[in-house]
Order: sequence, then structure tokens, then C-alpha cells
Amino acid sequence: MTPLLDNFFNRQILAQYGPSILGGFRLTVEVALATIAIGVITGLVLAIVRAMRWKPADIVIIVFVDIFRTLPQLVVIVFLYFGLPYADIQLSPFAATTLALGAVLAAFATEIFWAAIQAVPQGQWDAARSLGLGFLEILFLIILPQAIRIAVPLLTNRAIAITKGTALGTAVSLPELLGRAQSSMAIAANPSPLTLAAAFYLLFFVPLVVASRWLEGLGSPKTSSGRH
Amino acid sequence: MEALQLFLDNFADWDSFVRIWPLLWQGLQLTVLLSIVTLPVAAAAGLLIAILYSFHNRPLNVALLIWIDLFRSFPVLVLLILIFYGLPFLGLTLPSFAACVLALTLNHSGYYGEIFRAGIEAIPPGQREAARALGLHPLQVIFLVILPQAIARVLAPLASNSLELVKTTSIAALVALPELLRSARVAQEQTYNPTPLTAAAIIFFVLLFPFARWVARLERDMIMRQR
Repeated sequence: MTPLLDNFFNRQILAQYGPSILGGFRLTVEVALATIAIGVITGLVLAIVRAMRWKPADIVIIVFVDIFRTLPQLVVIVFLYFGLPYADIQLSPFAATTLALGAVLAAFATEIFWAAIQAVPQGQWDAARSLGLGFLEILFLIILPQAIRIAVPLLTNRAIAITKGTALGTAVSLPELLGRAQSSMAIAANPSPLTLAAAFYLLFFVPLVVASRWLEGLGSPKTSSGRH
Repeated sequence: MEALQLFLDNFADWDSFVRIWPLLWQGLQLTVLLSIVTLPVAAAAGLLIAILYSFHNRPLNVALLIWIDLFRSFPVLVLLILIFYGLPFLGLTLPSFAACVLALTLNHSGYYGEIFRAGIEAIPPGQREAARALGLHPLQVIFLVILPQAIARVLAPLASNSLELVKTTSIAALVALPELLRSARVAQEQTYNPTPLTAAAIIFFVLLFPFARWVARLERDMIMRQR
């Protein structure tokens, strides 16, 4: 037991590197919130644009969605951070990570919102139009409130899954939780900082994962599933 | 036009592509190998979890749910770093390929477990009882009666999760396994040119795009059925 305690729960080392790792956790939460804000808002806007059915915009959005839904998150992060400087665009690690993850989430969110908008029965549009409402009124007052309710369980799962990608920021030397833990581990020659980081990740994500299971159960008990 | 030419010279330079292709080809093979080793192992682990869950033994089910939620909550890269850099402190050093397979399997056993579990739980209990009454063995009931229906129900999340698993193999780059992304980074640093990164992104895209489109269609159908 002693090597396990000394190595993974070394109190002296935990006390020494704790504050730095706590700072990393704060940055992780910031990246996560920024990613969700960028991803969900962009996704909603793009889905609304698609609802207007304007061909040129449709094509641009479909290409955007296909690219960022298909590429691995880490490939996008690495491309933004190590590729763009050749075009004289040098992003900070924070910007590269949030933009990359935000774009990936935006792609999935666009898909989900757009499918949810289409899932609202056509009769709702017809009825609202016959009452004399305009396109935007129908969309914002009648369709979107229903569509968003359909979208929430899927969107929550996607948002959580992609938010876990914040740890990938360590690949572009973003000093977030995992990055700080790794450098502390290298300096201290002891993996206790990593244990602490793992505990922080669980503290952050376990409640979200449990909540998303509950949310899915509420939405549709018959098709609930543990997707990403 | 000049700007486009400049962009192409930088990001899609044919000469550098030809030069680095052997490196990328090696990387691509490793990405494919990692995927085809991990996918069946992780799916089988998840299936086992779900089948054990279906016996509805309370203490066992609590343990299984903890396993599922624990490994779904870990960012997979954190697991990988723990396994690759942490375990050696306990005297257990895994090569990077094995560490990746283990990290991805643990993580996705949680995802697959939850998906299969939800699918199995959605099948009405009458099915199981009827099959038992016909004299089928409990294993026959699961594999011949329950699972085919359960899998049909959760095909969309299954496919989506499998695609995510293949995409996630790229984190192997961070423990120096020379798969496609890592090879591209090495080539980019050798050639001072981002063409290898563009090439790797295009290869990933071409490889995964048909599958991503199929997954999107399955998910769209699932949303449409909810109305």
C-alpha cells in the first residue's frame, strides 16, 4: 500500500502543487463555458438560417457542419494552433482550443437544432400562418420553443462530450488542469498531481453525466441511451 | 488569385506532400490498426456490462452503474496520461499502443455499456418471460431474442459512438505513438510547412466522412421519431 500512497496520494506534493492545479481547474472551467457558449449559440443561429431555406447559405452551412462533425477534435486544435501561423494567424492556446472545440460543438448543435426544427409538425406552421403570423414570429414564438425542448437531451450529451475535450488543450500547451498536472508531475517526479487533476475532472463531470442520464429519462424513456 | 496561389503553396504544396507521403502512410496504417483493435474490444466490454446489468442483481447493478458513469466522466486523455505516465510509478510500464487500447477501452466500455443497457432495458419484460416459457436457455433469450431488438433500437448512438472512438484514436499522438496526426506533426516540423497537417486532415475527412453522414442520418431519424 505504501508505494501507492507515496506515489499517488503524497500529501506533501499535493500541498505544494495544489494551488497551481486549482488554477488549472479554473482555466478548464473557463474553456468549457466558452466552448459551450460559442457552440450552442452558433449552432442555434446556423439552424435558424437554415430554416430560412436560402440555398447559398445552406451550402456553406452544410460544408461547415460536415467538416467539423467529421474531423477529430485534436486534429482541429492542432491545425488551428500549428497550421494557421503559416498564414500569419497566431492564435493563443486558449483561443485555438475554444475556437476548435466551439466549432465542433457548433457543427453538432446545428444538426441537432435543425433536425428538431424539422421535427415540429408542419401543421404548426400552417396553423400559425393562417392566424396571420409572419415567418419570424412563427419561428421564434411557435416553432423554436418546441424544437429546443426536443433538442435539449441530445444537445446536453454532445456538449458534455465535447467539453471533455478541454483536456486536449494540453497539446497546444494550454496550462489547463491536465497540462498543469503533467508539468507538476514532471517536476516533482511523482504522479500525485495527476491524481488530484483526475479528482477535479470527476468532480466536474460526474454530476453532469448523472444529470444528463436523468434528463434523457425525462425526455423519452423508451429511447434513452448513453450516447456521447 | 495571388493570395490563393500563396495559400496553396503553403498549405497544399504537392512537392512536400509527395516527400512526406511515406510517413503519413505509416501513420494512417497505425490509426487504422488502433481502431480495429480497440473497437471490438470496447464494444464487447460494454455488451458484457449491459448483459450483467440485465440480470437485475441490485448490488451488482450499483457497481455497474458506477463503472459506467465513472469512465464516461473521465476525459479519455486524462485516462491515457494516468495509464501511460502514472502506472510506471507502480512498476507497470505499458507501451504506448497498449496504453491507448486500454484507455480507449475503459472509456468506451462506459459509453457502449450505457447504450446497450438502455437498449436492453427498453425491451418489454414480457419478451423475456415468453422466451423463457418456450424453454429457451437464459443465454439464448439474451442473444436470440433481446439483443437483436435492443441493438436495432440503439443503432444511432452505437454508430455515433463507434465513429467517436475512431476519431479519438488521434489522442495517441500525445503519447508519442506515430499514428496519422503525430506523423503529420513530425513531418510539419521537418519541412517547416503546414502541408502535412492539411494532408492529415483531408485523409481523416475522406476516411470518416461517409460514416459521419450515415451517423447523422440515423440521429436525424431518431429525432424525427420523437415528435
